[in-house]
Amino acid sequence: MRKLLKNEGVQAFIASILCILAGLLIGFIVLLCINPQGAGESILDIIKNFFTWSRPASQLKQFGNTLAKAMPLVLCSLSILFAYKVGLFNIGAAGQYVAGACASLYAALAWGWGWLPCMLLAMAAAALLGAIIGILKAYCNVNEVISGIMLNWIALYTTNAVLTHVKEQASPYTLYLSKENPSALLPTLGLENLFSGNKNVTIAVPLAILAAVLVWIILSKTRLGYELKATGNNRNAARYAGMAENRNIILTLVISAALAGLGASLLYQTGYMRWECTQSSVPTMGFNGIAAAFLGGLHPIGAIFSSFFIQHITDGGQYVNTTFYSPQISDVISSVIIYLCSFVLFIKLAMRRMLAQKDEKKGAK
Amino acid sequence: MGDVHSNEFAIEMLHITKRFPGIIANDDITLQLRHGEIHALLGENGAGKSTLMSVLFGMYQPEEGTIKKDGVEVKIHNPNDANALGIGMVHQHFKLVECFSVLDNIILGNEPVGSMGLLKKDVARKKILDLSEKYGLKVDPDALISDITVGMQQRTEILKMLYRDNEILIFDEPTAVLTPQEITELMQIMKNLAAEGKSILFISHKLAEIMAVADRCTVLRKGQYIGTVNTKDTTMEELSAMMVGRKVNFHVEKKPANPGEVLLEVSHMTVASRVHKNNAVRDVSFQVRRGEIVCIAGIDGNGQSELVYGLSGLEPLVSGKILLNGKEITKSSIRKRSVSGMSHIPEDRHKHGLVLDYSLEYNIILQTYFEPEFTNKIGFLRSKNIRDYSERLIQEYDIRSGQGAVTPARSMSGGNQQKAIIARELDKQPDVLIAVQPTRGLDVGAIEFIHKQLIAQRDAGKAVLLISLELDEVMDVPDRILVMYEGEIVGELDPKRTTQEELGLYMAGARRDEVSGK
Repeated sequence: MRKLLKNEGVQAFIASILCILAGLLIGFIVLLCINPQGAGESILDIIKNFFTWSRPASQLKQFGNTLAKAMPLVLCSLSILFAYKVGLFNIGAAGQYVAGACASLYAALAWGWGWLPCMLLAMAAAALLGAIIGILKAYCNVNEVISGIMLNWIALYTTNAVLTHVKEQASPYTLYLSKENPSALLPTLGLENLFSGNKNVTIAVPLAILAAVLVWIILSKTRLGYELKATGNNRNAARYAGMAENRNIILTLVISAALAGLGASLLYQTGYMRWECTQSSVPTMGFNGIAAAFLGGLHPIGAIFSSFFIQHITDGGQYVNTTFYSPQISDVISSVIIYLCSFVLFIKLAMRRMLAQKDEKKGAK
Repeated sequence: MGDVHSNEFAIEMLHITKRFPGIIANDDITLQLRHGEIHALLGENGAGKSTLMSVLFGMYQPEEGTIKKDGVEVKIHNPNDANALGIGMVHQHFKLVECFSVLDNIILGNEPVGSMGLLKKDVARKKILDLSEKYGLKVDPDALISDITVGMQQRTEILKMLYRDNEILIFDEPTAVLTPQEITELMQIMKNLAAEGKSILFISHKLAEIMAVADRCTVLRKGQYIGTVNTKDTTMEELSAMMVGRKVNFHVEKKPANPGEVLLEVSHMTVASRVHKNNAVRDVSFQVRRGEIVCIAGIDGNGQSELVYGLSGLEPLVSGKILLNGKEITKSSIRKRSVSGMSHIPEDRHKHGLVLDYSLEYNIILQTYFEPEFTNKIGFLRSKNIRDYSERLIQEYDIRSGQGAVTPARSMSGGNQQKAIIARELDKQPDVLIAVQPTRGLDVGAIEFIHKQLIAQRDAGKAVLLISLELDEVMDVPDRILVMYEGEIVGELDPKRTTQEELGLYMAGARRDEVSGK
């Protein structure tokens, strides 16, 4: 038992579960405070998400929607964790995600490109943004968090400006991809048949899983991962060992950014969501990636499950009974839970301390 | 002072036993510190010195044993209790705030506060200046820590203890970071403090210093109490035998050198300084031949580090030429130099030598990870080869660690970290080995091991360039000594014929020759 508890993976898992429970508990308390009458029912609705629907077919369809939105989140959390493993905190993932959305939507709507070129352009545009942060970090020692946050806003407003050219006349939203250019929609590979014909479930699902596996392999099994992690942990030692440490920093941010860009492409190219050209805040997807990365124990495979869970809770929020609560409550509750999710490392640390203390006491006897 | 105290001992740690899972760190250890004495605590790395001090500071609670202050039993539950009892410590790695002034650091945590919560710095300043004068601790209260020398940082730490009116002063390996001159100064300061009635515990494994400054010495070995002796009645040989458990050969045994062709040739090398506008290395020329050890001696900060940065490629040259094995490498990358036969044991093993969060095996392949042995054609690491290779080196170089190849480098002792670096650099089979202070902060056993390795490299026909600040090492190990002073080579000496005094004159810049370095 004790041996099991000392295993890194087990610790991460327990910590994640505890975070989720704490998040739900606090979310429940918030509901109780606002209106005790509907609290129990509402928190259950959030947990149940698509199970709130009675027909299995509807359940599957809604499950598909959650899945479709979870995949971009997987990519965003991969983006965060890839950089984090190399010792960089890529908070710019949010902006890189926006750049990806911009590139893929513009290429699809203005130039009529097919889905794959659109996707690759999204990755390239995001990577470019990542490269800027990387170059500033490598050559001017500008903290990646500062330049990342700045670029998030630049990316947002640039995207608003660019996508205004392809928006509907009557609304602030971009044109429907399915009407204007169906070839830019991600292929479904027949996956919709598993989800009661939900065409939002696409190649994005296998692609995201593939990306997670690739990130895991690169980080733990390859020379590139070895170099990148060495650079992240100790830039001086990397340089001493003859590694091109500046190149490695830039490369890390480029890869991390490309992952975020791919995430945007996986969302907007389903045709499920459209860009709102008047929005004045950076989409939360990139930031939720941080929570998902930590909740997943900073493991690429863990990121798949944690991302799905976070999306599940976020979607579940929409089922909260609005006769008891204002519609914004769903966002409040899911944010509380997501916020608590990033306490994973803290809980892991506390667990390790407790075990060490017990060991010491045992040693004393 | 003695008449003030009812008891002979300032602090007594009696029969202290502290166990950790799988290890007894302190096994029935007794340490008695008299009023006004300098008491050395001697032991190799891992002998239990740190644990014993942590017990004294309340960071660990011992399973058995008692602590007495002036004969009265006390309980120390945390460092605050220790502070209240007047126990202060200068840590090996200073605990100073870099961007604060000396004065701010000294008062930190004990600030004199007037009404309205305003700091009364002038009161503190006066007290600090008084203390500094009384004990000969020269500091500039307004200088920033980041701007002052290591020696002055240490004096700041000492003042911190004195400012808090501590009576029992613990020095943890205080000389590891100092130049010979600063060490002499520190010894004098310690004697002054003891003369004023302070009781000093001096943790060290440098025997010469213990003999020079301490009144008594307690020796630990592998968690066991070996004994306490008066330094007057003992010899260095006896102390080292107590510490290591066997006789240690102080004198480095080596055959006469048999130099061959030139492997490393440096001509008119100039390297810029990162800190100052002046060049740190100015127009330096020298050669190192196959089968000889050349030592660059000098006081810290005379351009030795920059010389090595220039040689290894960490800094570009302003001018000059470097030939490695006859080929010019002046503008080559670090990697190119490394694969062309240059090995480099860096000065700072934590900054350059190791990735502390990597496992031992990953650190062992740090210079060779890209070789086909460790990386296959499509860029995957060959984990089995890496494991086999690192296990071989762990065996050969006797690198000790908790979990073998997978131990995080961070959790290894300094001596074993250094052994890992040495194993890595020597096993590359270099033509030229650059070893910068390879024995810094290590215990006698490890130093002996490393010196033997350097000489073995020489005898195997390699060129060894040793950069050292330790006078004993400079006199014993190399075949030729080049003395560096203010970025220039000011003398070439034959270690067999020179004396420490002569060497000191060159190091201090009091004498210089025209040196060809050939």
